[in-house]
Amino acid sequence: MSNPALSMKNITKVYPNGVVANRDITFEVNTGEIHALSGENGAGKTTLMKILFGEEKPTSGSIQIGGKEADIKNPQDALRMGIGMVHQHFMLVPSLTVTENVILGIEKRKGLGIDYKSAEELVGEMGRKYNMYLDPRAKVKDLSVGQKQKLEILKILIRGAKILILDEPTAVLTPQETGELFSELKNLRSQGFTIIFISHKLDEIRELCDRITIIRHGETKGVFTLDDITDEKLSQRMIGRDVQLTIDKPECKRGETILSVKEVTVSGDGEKPLLDKISFSLHSGEILGIAGVEGNGQSQLVDAITGMGPYDGGEIRFCDLIIKQGEIRKIRQSGMGYIPEDRMTLGISPSLSVTENMIADKINESRFFSRAGIVKSKDIDDFSKKMIGDYAILCQNGEVEISSLSGGNIQKVVLARELSSSPKLIIANQPTRGVDVGATEFIRRKLVSLREEGCAVLLVSSDLNELIGLSDRLLVMYGGKFSACFKSLSGVDGQILGRYMLGLDHQDESEISRSAM
Amino acid sequence: MNTKSINRLIDSAKLLLVVVIACLLVSLIILSVSEEPGVAISSFFLGPFTSLRRIGNIFEGAVPLIFTALAVTLIFRAGQFSMISEGSFFIGITGAMMVGIALPLPPVVHPAVALLTAGIFGAIAAAIPALLKLKWQASEVVTSIMLNYIIQFFALYLVNYHFREPEASSLASLKIAESAELPCIIPGTKVHLGLIIALVCCAVLWFYIFKTRQGFRIRLVGDNARFSSYVGIKSALVMVGAQILAGFVAGLGGGVEFLGMYTRFKWTSSPGYGWTGIAVALLARRNPILVPFAALFIAYLEVGSGIMARSSDVSAEVVDIIQGVIMLMIAADALLQGWKQRLIVHSATEGGKA
Repeated sequence: MSNPALSMKNITKVYPNGVVANRDITFEVNTGEIHALSGENGAGKTTLMKILFGEEKPTSGSIQIGGKEADIKNPQDALRMGIGMVHQHFMLVPSLTVTENVILGIEKRKGLGIDYKSAEELVGEMGRKYNMYLDPRAKVKDLSVGQKQKLEILKILIRGAKILILDEPTAVLTPQETGELFSELKNLRSQGFTIIFISHKLDEIRELCDRITIIRHGETKGVFTLDDITDEKLSQRMIGRDVQLTIDKPECKRGETILSVKEVTVSGDGEKPLLDKISFSLHSGEILGIAGVEGNGQSQLVDAITGMGPYDGGEIRFCDLIIKQGEIRKIRQSGMGYIPEDRMTLGISPSLSVTENMIADKINESRFFSRAGIVKSKDIDDFSKKMIGDYAILCQNGEVEISSLSGGNIQKVVLARELSSSPKLIIANQPTRGVDVGATEFIRRKLVSLREEGCAVLLVSSDLNELIGLSDRLLVMYGGKFSACFKSLSGVDGQILGRYMLGLDHQDESEISRSAM
Repeated sequence: MNTKSINRLIDSAKLLLVVVIACLLVSLIILSVSEEPGVAISSFFLGPFTSLRRIGNIFEGAVPLIFTALAVTLIFRAGQFSMISEGSFFIGITGAMMVGIALPLPPVVHPAVALLTAGIFGAIAAAIPALLKLKWQASEVVTSIMLNYIIQFFALYLVNYHFREPEASSLASLKIAESAELPCIIPGTKVHLGLIIALVCCAVLWFYIFKTRQGFRIRLVGDNARFSSYVGIKSALVMVGAQILAGFVAGLGGGVEFLGMYTRFKWTSSPGYGWTGIAVALLARRNPILVPFAALFIAYLEVGSGIMARSSDVSAEVVDIIQGVIMLMIAADALLQGWKQRLIVHSATEGGKA
């Protein structure tokens, strides 16, 4: 097979902050294959695809589509050349219907209005043709995550895309939905479409893809046919050394109760409460995992526990402190650390330095500020150097702006800050999302070692392997309630969890409340 | 070259470019309106340096701008956009006048009390929009601008009905006691002790913003208020605190200007130093250490335009146009972005391969 659908040659991209995202990358995809683009986060996969889709301009290099030189200035150019991209975060208007979302920007007119009827027919017909049927009149806000993704794919198919770029499409899906997506993609392949599948989940790549291109530190580390290469070799290529995919975890030594949540309710604006009288407790030396499809109350729960958000019924007790919204200083002083889900808007102060970000929560400590409130520059510098070393943070020095770091390194700074205040409880919300394999391993080890030191860890994650690998107990949330609680994780796998996450299965309520304590 | 020094280089070059383009535009405008452009241009650019008195004028003119720019710097650093420094400055003048006229005090103590009063008046004025936002989420931009008018007319009312010189035909207050005046520090000019106070304020505020706990809080809140709440800072209180301090600085500036340069209150409207202070603060990149230089540059342009207006056929309003141009150029951050990108690409690819 030597008819490349597209080839990107010698692509180099330097961002305005000096980060070299791509260095002399050459990337080729054949017509009619599913090609995996894989590598650590921050390796430059998304940048490369944004260049292909016209969202970023390469600093140098050339692109050929179907053998012809292509100058892609913007996504409209890309679509015209048959390239479509489904972003990690959906770009849909929730209050509009499926059809309206599809035709947005390409509406066919009928007199003064829009020709909805033929558009609806088109959406229905395309959906049936590609085995991705959606009700053309359904409102997008009523669709499930998996259906929204189908809609995104339909959207670019109807715009004439022949080459589909999917940026980590399975990150938000349950195992069942992932399976469905894969069969749809395979169907598209058989109809002659070319698919670029960005992911770092090896098992998924193996199931779906024909070939794989690996990128590390912005450079190509090889193109392989998947049948010819082992998992170990792949992960070694991706991160440059052997990585331990499973984490050794000593026996859980469960201690006193650190966090107790009793019948906590968050009403929200709708009819259904976002959190509905949920109760559980968390002990020292224990990692309690929380699984669930996003939007089933996890963020409200985390907000309530950390004092960032309200709760209007029940009680949250952290050691001797009853949590109230807004009393964050008190909560932090009692020893709660919080690794937020959205580190860019909540976890850092983007234009301050790495060092300043590390001590932001230690503003009241006498080791960094004299009694008169003056900074102790030397102590702060020493601390920052030590943290940069201990957490292997890649940066020129502590003085650089934190936003010039890669996602994984920013997360390490957050971690260094939160874990260095000797916490009794760590709330880790998606601690490894968008973080490369190396940093992920580091973060997971850190959480386990904290647990060994007697810290309690509440781990909210959408990565089921992470949850199963790290948790001592696991709660599954569905519709603002717990649909299951596993006291032991042996024998639990993604398929089982998926059924509880989707609300297909339910454990007995009294059983849940017994094991959640 | 690392990214940091590239950024510094570009920033300085940008500043220089702003100054150069401003000067070029002045020349262009003069060329287009003047019959004798040679005289006008040289009186504009060289006039301010032709005598000690005129050089003194530059420094005198910079003093009030330093105070208002410091106030703006503090407010902007806290992520707020209150325009209150104008009002705080004017009410500061009024406060200093009241103490200067009504309180018989010995020298040294008298100006000290007057300046303290000026600062407190300014702080109270700045607290109003800050608290309105804290309590009712009223936009501080709108309330502060409205409040500036209220303050202006309140001050004029006080002067007119309680401190007016009955003999004077136009609006003027009674003369302040001599004991309240700030002494002149350079003979042959009107440069007064206020210049020293202004420079000390710059140093103190630089230290405060970059080297103290509270300054760190202000920078955190100003950069990302959500993050500062997340680390346990009461963001709303920090914002209010920064604005009150800024009001104090602007009010103090009003007092200094009044006691150093005037013996009577003669204004019929708010003098506008608060607005110019915004341009100065932006030109100084919100850094108190750079504020005096930016203030001197703007004051130099003002002195030059005054001289030009007197000695040629070009009107002083030209300088207002120039200030507008400078504001626009400071705001146009994309200036030189291309050059910066090339330098960064160069250092990143070369450095990366090494």
